[in-house]
Amino acid sequence: MAANDETPDRRAYWPEVIRLTLTLLAIWFAVSFGAGILLRGFLDQFHIGGAPLGFWFAQNGSIYVFVILIFYYCAAMNRLEKKYRIEG
Amino acid sequence: MDWTIFWVAATFATYFGIAIWARAGSTNDFYVAGHGVHPVVNGMATAADWMSAASFLSMAGLIAGMGYGGSVYLMGWTGGYVLLALLLAPFLREFGKFTVPDFVGDRYYSDTARIVAVICALFVSFTYIAGQMSGVGIAFSRFLGVDFNTGIFAGMGIVFVYAVLGGMKGVTYTQVAQYVVLIFAYTVPAIFISLMLTGNPVPQLGFLSNLKGEEISMLHKLDLTVQDLGFTSYLSSTKSNLDIFCITAALMFGTAGLPHVIIRFFTVPRAADARLSAGWALVFIALLYTVAPAVGAFSRLNVISTVNETTYVTPGEDYAAKAAALEAAGERASPAWFENWEITTLVAFDDKNGDGKMQIRGPAAPDGLENEVTINNDIAVLANPEIAKLPDWVIGLVVAGGLAAALSTAAGLLMVIASAISHDLCRRTFFRSMSDKAELRVARLAAAGAVVAAGFMGIYSAQLAFVAQVVAFAFGLAAASLFPVILLGIFWKRMNREGAIAAMLAGLIPTFAYIWHFKIGAGKAAGPDQWLFGVSPEGIGFVFMISSILIGVAVSLLTQPPPQDIQDLVEDLRVPGTRRPHGPGDAAMPPAE
Repeated sequence: MAANDETPDRRAYWPEVIRLTLTLLAIWFAVSFGAGILLRGFLDQFHIGGAPLGFWFAQNGSIYVFVILIFYYCAAMNRLEKKYRIEG
Repeated sequence: MDWTIFWVAATFATYFGIAIWARAGSTNDFYVAGHGVHPVVNGMATAADWMSAASFLSMAGLIAGMGYGGSVYLMGWTGGYVLLALLLAPFLREFGKFTVPDFVGDRYYSDTARIVAVICALFVSFTYIAGQMSGVGIAFSRFLGVDFNTGIFAGMGIVFVYAVLGGMKGVTYTQVAQYVVLIFAYTVPAIFISLMLTGNPVPQLGFLSNLKGEEISMLHKLDLTVQDLGFTSYLSSTKSNLDIFCITAALMFGTAGLPHVIIRFFTVPRAADARLSAGWALVFIALLYTVAPAVGAFSRLNVISTVNETTYVTPGEDYAAKAAALEAAGERASPAWFENWEITTLVAFDDKNGDGKMQIRGPAAPDGLENEVTINNDIAVLANPEIAKLPDWVIGLVVAGGLAAALSTAAGLLMVIASAISHDLCRRTFFRSMSDKAELRVARLAAAGAVVAAGFMGIYSAQLAFVAQVVAFAFGLAAASLFPVILLGIFWKRMNREGAIAAMLAGLIPTFAYIWHFKIGAGKAAGPDQWLFGVSPEGIGFVFMISSILIGVAVSLLTQPPPQDIQDLVEDLRVPGTRRPHGPGDAAMPPAE
C-alpha cells in the first residue's frame, strides 16, 4: 500500500491517545489513592528519610509524580503528533 | 506595621501599573487575552489564579491540626491538574471559544444546556469569590488597622481597575506578578524555619530529616509530642479511609471542573500549549504545596515547644525584664510573638486552672488538664517569620502575599462571572445579533457589576451561611455538575443533549441538597452514621459525580444520537489543528483560528 515514510492511518491516532491516557491515569491513581490512602497502612512500615512512606506519598510524593506525569504526557503527545503528522 | 503598609502599597501600585499597560481592545482580548499567552506565563498565572487566600494563609495550619488527614487538600488540589492536562485542557482549547458554557451549549446543541452550565458556573464562582473578598477585608482590618468594610472597598477598587480595563489580559499579567509576591512570601520564611529546626534549608527535605542535634526524625518527634498531650496521632486520621478517598476525589475532579481554572487554558495559542501549560501550572503550585506540609509540621512542633508550660507574660508588661526574671527563677516565659499576635485575636490564652502557665492539651490529655491556648490556623504562616526571627520587612511581605493570593483568585472568578453574563447569556442566548464592540462594553459593565456584588457578598459573608462551606460547595458542584458533561462531551461521541441536561441536573441538585442539609440545614449536627455511605458533605460531590455520569449515559442511550455535524465536531476536537466549524453553535459564533 503506502510507502514507509508516509503518514500512518490517522484512525489509529485516537486509540493510541486513549491508551497513553489510561496508562498515565493508572499511575495517577496508584500514587495518590493507592499509595497515599488505600495502601498507606502497609507502606507506613517503610520509611523515606524520617517519614513513613505512605504518609509521605500522601503529603509530598504524589505531587512530584503528578508533575512528572504531565510533562511525560506532553512529550509523548508531541511524539504521537509527529508520527501522525498532526500539526496543532 | 510600617513594612506591611510599604509592601501592600508597592504591590498594589505594581498591579495598577500592569492594568494600565494591558488594556483589552476586543472581546478576544477581554475573555481569553487574545489566545496569545505563553504556556509558562499562563502556568504562573494559573498558579496564582488557583491558590487562594485559603491555600496561602490557612492550608499549612489546617494540615498542622489534622496531620495525615490534611493530605486530602494536598493531593486533592494538585491531582486535578493531571486530569486537566490529560482529559480537558487541550481539547477545550482546540474547541476554540471563550467560556465553559460555550462548550456545553455548542457541543450539546442546546441553549437549555448552556443556561444550566451558566447557573453552575455562577453559583460556584460567587461562593468562591465571597470568601476571597472577606479574606481581603480580614487582612486589611487585622494588619493595617483599617475597618473591615474599608478593606474590602480597597480590594474592590484594585480588582476593578485591572479586571474591568484589562479583562483576561490585565488579569493574566497581574496574576503573574501576584504569583511572584506570594511564592516569595511563602518560601523564604519556610526555608529559615527549616534551617532552624532541622539544619536543612530545603523545607521538603527538612520534612524528612532529624531534628537538629537529635537522633529522632522531626515527624516522629512531632507525633510523640502531640500524642503525649492527648491529641490524635499526627500520622493517622480519625476519618474513615472511604471518606478520605471520596474527599480527595471530589477535590481533584472539582479542581478539573472549576470554570475559573479551565478558562485559563483558553488563553494559550494551541492545544499543545494548553497541556504544557497545565504542567507548568502544577510546577508553580507544587512549589507552595510541597512546602505547606513542612510548614504545618514545623509550626505545630514549634508552637508546642515554645508555648506549652511557659509562664504567660501579660501584654503591657516589660517583656525583656519579665523574661529575664522568669529565667532567673528557673521558668520559661511565653514567646514574644504570642504577645504580638494576641492583638489580632488570632491567638488567645485563657488561664483555666489559674497557674499562670499556658497549657496546650488535646481532648484525651493524660494529666486531665484542660486546653488553655487557642491558635488560629493562619498563624502557621503568619507568625513564621517572627518565630524564625526574620527581619520586619519579611513579616510585612507575608501580608502582601496573602492579599496577592486573594486578589488573584478573585480576579479569575470575576472573569467567569462577567463572561457568563455578557457572553453566554447576552451574546450567545438572548441578543445574538450583538456586535463585538457592544459585547465588550457589556463585558466591562458585567465585570464592574460583579466586583460590586462580590464586595457586598464579602461584607455580608458572615450572614451568608454558604460562604463558609466553599470547599464543599464549589468543589462538590464543579465535580458533580460540570466535570461529567465536559468529559463525556470529548470522550464519548454518542453523548447527546438530553443526556447532558440530565447529567448536569443529576449532579447539581442532589449535591447541593446534601451539602445544604448536612452543613447548614437540619442535619448540621449529624455524624458519619447518618451520612450517605458514611461520606461527608466535602466528599459527596464524588459520589454524585459517578451517578451523574451513569444517568447521563443511560439517558443518552435511550434518546436520539447527536446529529452528524456534532459528531464531526467531537472528531475535530480530538485531533489538534483539524477544527472546522460544525453545527448551529459554530454557525452563530465561529471558533478561533
